[in-house]
Amino acid sequence: MPPVSRGAPVNIKIDQFIKLIAEGDFTGAARKIKEDNVLPAICGRVCPQEDQCEKECVVGRKNKPVAIGNLERFAADYERESGSVELPKVQPATGKKIAVIGSGPAGLSCANDLIQLGHAVTVFEALHELGGVLMYGIPEFRLPKSIVQGELEGLKKLGVNFVTNTVAGRTVTIDELLKDEDFDAIFIGVGAGLPWFMGIPGENLLGVYSANEFLTRVNLMKSYQFPDNDTPVFNCKGKNVAVFGGGNTAMDAVRTAKRLGAEHAYIVYRRSEAEMPARKEEIHHAKEEGIEFLLLMNPLEFIGNEQQWLTGAKCLKMELGEPDESGRRKPVPIKDSEFILPIDMAIISIGNGSNPLINQTTPDIAVSKRDTIVVDINTMATSKENVYAGGDIVTGGATVILAMGAGRTAAKAIHEKLTA
Amino acid sequence: MYTIISSVFLAENIKKIEIEAPRIAKKRKAGQFVMIRVGQTGERVPLTIAGSDPEKGTITIIVQGMGKSTRELNSKEAGDTISDIVGPLGTPSHIEKFGTAVSIGGGVGTAIAYPTAVALKEGGNYVITINGARSKDLVILEEEMKAVSDEAYITTDDGSYGFHGFVTQKLQQLIDSGKKIDYVLAIGPIPMMRAIAEVTRPYNIKTMVSLNPIMVDGTGMCGGCRVTIGNEIKFACVDGPEFDAHLVDFKNLTDRNKLYLPEEKQSAETFAHQCNLNKLG
Ligand SMILES: Cc1cc2nc3c(=O)[nH]c(=O)nc-3n(C[C@H](O)[C@H](O)[C@H](O)COP(=O)(O)OP(=O)(O)OC[C@H]3O[C@@H](n4cnc5c(N)ncnc54)[C@H](O)[C@@H]3O)c2cc1C
Ligand SMILES: Cc1cc2nc3c(=O)[nH]c(=O)nc-3n(C[C@H](O)[C@H](O)[C@H](O)COP(=O)(O)OP(=O)(O)OC[C@H]3O[C@@H](n4cnc5c(N)ncnc54)[C@H](O)[C@@H]3O)c2cc1C
Ligand code: SF4
Ligand code: SF4
Ligand code: FES
Ligand SMILES: [Mg+2]
Repeated sequence: MPPVSRGAPVNIKIDQFIKLIAEGDFTGAARKIKEDNVLPAICGRVCPQEDQCEKECVVGRKNKPVAIGNLERFAADYERESGSVELPKVQPATGKKIAVIGSGPAGLSCANDLIQLGHAVTVFEALHELGGVLMYGIPEFRLPKSIVQGELEGLKKLGVNFVTNTVAGRTVTIDELLKDEDFDAIFIGVGAGLPWFMGIPGENLLGVYSANEFLTRVNLMKSYQFPDNDTPVFNCKGKNVAVFGGGNTAMDAVRTAKRLGAEHAYIVYRRSEAEMPARKEEIHHAKEEGIEFLLLMNPLEFIGNEQQWLTGAKCLKMELGEPDESGRRKPVPIKDSEFILPIDMAIISIGNGSNPLINQTTPDIAVSKRDTIVVDINTMATSKENVYAGGDIVTGGATVILAMGAGRTAAKAIHEKLTA
Repeated sequence: MYTIISSVFLAENIKKIEIEAPRIAKKRKAGQFVMIRVGQTGERVPLTIAGSDPEKGTITIIVQGMGKSTRELNSKEAGDTISDIVGPLGTPSHIEKFGTAVSIGGGVGTAIAYPTAVALKEGGNYVITINGARSKDLVILEEEMKAVSDEAYITTDDGSYGFHGFVTQKLQQLIDSGKKIDYVLAIGPIPMMRAIAEVTRPYNIKTMVSLNPIMVDGTGMCGGCRVTIGNEIKFACVDGPEFDAHLVDFKNLTDRNKLYLPEEKQSAETFAHQCNLNKLG
């Protein structure tokens, strides 16, 4: 394997597709990528390439690495826009029925592989819209929804049956799907959907949101088009908005607030920029757009007015202390540095736990202490016979490409098991 | 698209709607709700499942026209469709043989209390129902409630029917009469639920209320529906909607439900305007 392919969790033949681009065969390049990655137009836009493929790029050892992500995006966009997308061949029907729970990247890539192998695939999605975080989390300005829709259309054409408005664990249980509805195997890709709060006083004041709620209202429910769309959202225009957290979700939330007209849009983060989990590129974009970074700052309490509307956040300034055993400098509070940051809206973006609906109704699926589903990483098999899982529900909040990789691994294992 | 099978008025502005939803009809238990999106640009609103017919594959909801979404839903007739319905959501009512159980409904809360009253009866309880309305013509489900009750009372604020006064007064009367009450379920406007909690607190009667915070997904994904229960944050759509009345921070719920008042008013006005134009055409 050439060095670069190691950094890409789905083993894309990076050297081969780049060669095709160099030869001017853009459609050929796109098809080469699609042999391994169902959603290249999406990955090319949202992958943390600097930590994955581009990190392993040999050119990058001396110079700037080849912009693999951008090339991937270019090839996929070219194929789509030139109308030359070709449906892959589907193997003869096997007569096996597989249910995929959740239509995020993990579920979609699993469904894609299984349908091509000749299995009948039904995807069950809790929301009224397909795509998972790609639709309700990542904003339009970073990932146009028409691209996600295009990929979904492709899967529909291949014969994947999509059923929305179905919550596994409530509308139907895993056991009912296996016993009453005769599914031969199930893949669970329900993501990490339970927002964490900070547990500080004032978090229930009016104007305090989770990033999930804010982004869902804006992206999925299109509240930026209120009143043409019925779902309202806090009116950011001319207001001071602070996002608490330093990941990709925090960057998306703060840039969204700024675009909705916030006067000041802050990132409040308790460590320094070096520790921020967000992609460097996203931090850079955010700065360019005028996002103000308040680093080494720890929120202690939210403060509100008579009507319980948020008016400010009491914060404590931090400094980097001595390096610990891991060599990381831990932030420590600066004495008497408390101050009040005046804000009208707070968005909490400190991560997600696992939604318990499936675990509660399927006790024989083993889960970790953090409620993530435990799997054999070679097959993504859970402790329950014929039930597989992958993506954020297994890893905790991670990346699109890792979720897709997990979906593919599971599809392969399911196929081998069902056709053995 | 989901088809409306029937849609009839129970009282002014309150409709009983039967919708095709086979999986939900099969699965739902008392105390659970659905999220409905009326049209493609609609918001997601929670509505309690009042009943179901698993054979026919339908569920029933009872809807009070409040703002744009509920009024738009109530403007639909049999044969019309809605875009989305998902459920059953929420934790089902906890049912056991408590002994004497009092189910209290205020206004459209009566519809929400009804399925749990049925379940309490099936669970072997002596069931007393108290249903309050502002006046006689707003009383709903009178016959249905009678059918599941060992004792059924109606109260009206203006005295036009049944007991003249509030549901709290009727409950206090029952307690004062020396009746041993083991369990109270109260569903209605927040001030009513809060007042019931204060009636039962001195007697240590286990009291549950069904909370109605603003919801988005209804599956535990957004945290918008969080309520304060005994100083802990809970998500009403998965941990509830029923909670121990004596632990609920009703003030916080009242405040949070005012989050979008100006927007809700704007939506309702735009909707009324469109409707009037339709009538002209
Ligand atoms: C705002 C935001 C920005 C991000 N930015 C990036 C980025 O730039 N690059 C990157 O690589 N990653 C990014 N991520 C992370 C990435 O999106 C996730 O790691 C990835 O989407 C996980 O995929 P998944 O398929 O496991 O789950 P999800 O995408 O979460 O999809 C799960 C789906 O399952 C559905 N579901 C949940 N419960 C049930 C149930 N009981 N029954 C039926 N359906 C159910 C959900 O509604 C959802 O549609 C971001 C995440 C967020 C929130
Ligand atoms: C678990 C639950 C069960 C319910 N069951 C019923 C029922 O069986 N019958 C019934 O008539 N009503 C029920 N409701 C209340 C119903 O959801 C609201 O009346 C409806 O959402 C109002 O929407 P609107 O656009 O018509 O009115 P709006 O004018 O937009 O809102 C009126 C009031 O309703 C509340 N509200 C607004 N949006 C939402 C939302 N998305 N979710 C929840 N509340 C909101 C707010 O307090 C608001 O001030 C229930 C609520 C909950 C949480
Ligand atoms: S899928 Fe993502 S990580 Fe893999 S090669 Fe493409 S851009 Fe790089
Ligand atoms: S405007 Fe017309 S349709 Fe709308 S609520 Fe009023 S009467 Fe009904
Ligand atoms: S409505 Fe979103 S978590 Fe309850
Ligand atoms: Mg509304």
